[in-house]
Amino acid sequence: MSAAFVTFDDVSLAYDASGNAIEDINLSIHEGEFVAFVGPSGCGKSTFMKLCTGLHAPTTGAIKVDNEPVTGPLKISGMAFQNANLLPWRTTLDNVLLPLEIVKPYRHQFRKRREEFIGWARKLLKTVGLEGYEDQYPWQLSGGMQQRASICRALIHQPRLLMLDEPFGALDAFTREELWCVLRDLWEAQRFTVVLVTHDLREAAFLADTVYIMSRRPGRVIERRQIELPRPRALETTYQKPFIDLVQELRAQIGEVRST
Amino acid sequence: MTKHNPLIERLAPWIAVVALVIIWEVTVRVFDVPSFIFPSALETAQALVTYSGPIAMHSWQTFWTTLIGFGLGVAVGLVLGFIIGSSRFLYNACYPLLVGFNAIPKVAFVPILVVWFGIGSVPAILTAFLICFFPIVVNVATGLATLEPEMEDVLRVLGARRMDVLLKVGLPRSLPYFFASLKVAITLAFVGTVVSETVASNQGIGYLMMSAGSQMRMGLVFAGLLVISAMAMVMYELFAQLEKRMTGWAHRGQNR
Repeated sequence: MSAAFVTFDDVSLAYDASGNAIEDINLSIHEGEFVAFVGPSGCGKSTFMKLCTGLHAPTTGAIKVDNEPVTGPLKISGMAFQNANLLPWRTTLDNVLLPLEIVKPYRHQFRKRREEFIGWARKLLKTVGLEGYEDQYPWQLSGGMQQRASICRALIHQPRLLMLDEPFGALDAFTREELWCVLRDLWEAQRFTVVLVTHDLREAAFLADTVYIMSRRPGRVIERRQIELPRPRALETTYQKPFIDLVQELRAQIGEVRST
Repeated sequence: MTKHNPLIERLAPWIAVVALVIIWEVTVRVFDVPSFIFPSALETAQALVTYSGPIAMHSWQTFWTTLIGFGLGVAVGLVLGFIIGSSRFLYNACYPLLVGFNAIPKVAFVPILVVWFGIGSVPAILTAFLICFFPIVVNVATGLATLEPEMEDVLRVLGARRMDVLLKVGLPRSLPYFFASLKVAITLAFVGTVVSETVASNQGIGYLMMSAGSQMRMGLVFAGLLVISAMAMVMYELFAQLEKRMTGWAHRGQNR
């Protein structure tokens, strides 16, 4: 195992006087690890993402990424959310290129290296199955296709940390499973670190190396679960007994959290 | 269900105009209204032809003062809207003031403007400006102030500065609001100009109508009305087309 890439040391965050949103978080994530956070609604999973990317500072405790304390927005991370949030006046290709117009050092090279960057974007869009849709506008794409483009946008500047906040939550079951495989393949190929926040236990178990289960507000990590299923995992795995047993165990733990 | 007929749909506004003119003419004739009270459509048309020279001269005056006032309104509205919309503090601070200002009837400003600038084109331009910049400010500011928080997160995590977010997302996003407000603003600008001209000018359609009215030449007054509304409609349509051209992405599905 490589050294810890992300570490949380006794981290708590209170947005206001009403109490902590998340509390006493201690964990470490290795470079290239795929972790998933599951838990009941309002357990501070999104808060965790904001802390991890430096969009919000913790009230107490310390967060380190790549052995450096997090003090501001972490440019080595890319984000995607439940809503694809593509800009409707930009084509799919231009949407994917957006981060390169902003993040350093690419923003200063954008004019000069534009052709090269377009090449990156096209290649990335091709790997998620959006070849031929580059010049379409987001509203001409289906929900699943928009979400693929959104993930491309999160990855275009080659981040080392990919943050996904329920990215497949609004999709139908078949599209969702398709996109699991898209994400799996991207991750297998590039091995960036992924933090996936989700409500879907099957999604967490299928994709992640490690699943963290969080309690209700104030959110604490109450269980860390290593997923030992061999890789690469095929979608069929999710219909086999060991996987189903695993999901049921996770489900039982979540049930306990909800009833307490 | 009636059948969808594109030709009828395109002709609909013209049919309505013709119907209105016919109702007008028939009503005046049937009730035998004297022409110094309410001239018939025919008399109005005659006045339009007879006085076409002076009408054209005064219309031109009204037209260019309106356009200058409108231009000022767009420039000031854009800048003010951008400033107010880009900061939550300024938005909260200035919005009530703007609403209060907008509630003042603009005709109340005209005497003040006359004291300051004398009668003529300047008060007309300024009244047009005062009345039309408000919808532009509000629309631009609202477009900027209602950014999706997730979109902001996506960009902020990349190290985007406030200005990056405003220029890459906020401004293009507020363009449909801006172009929609132009349509409203241009018609309001005509209102402002004409109001000012009726009180404080010796040129322009407002002045023409005022002086024709005082001589009981109602045909000419109505001709003036027609000319103003025709100018406003043409300008409205122009900006509606511009809006469609510039922000087609915001009207998706409507013309497909």
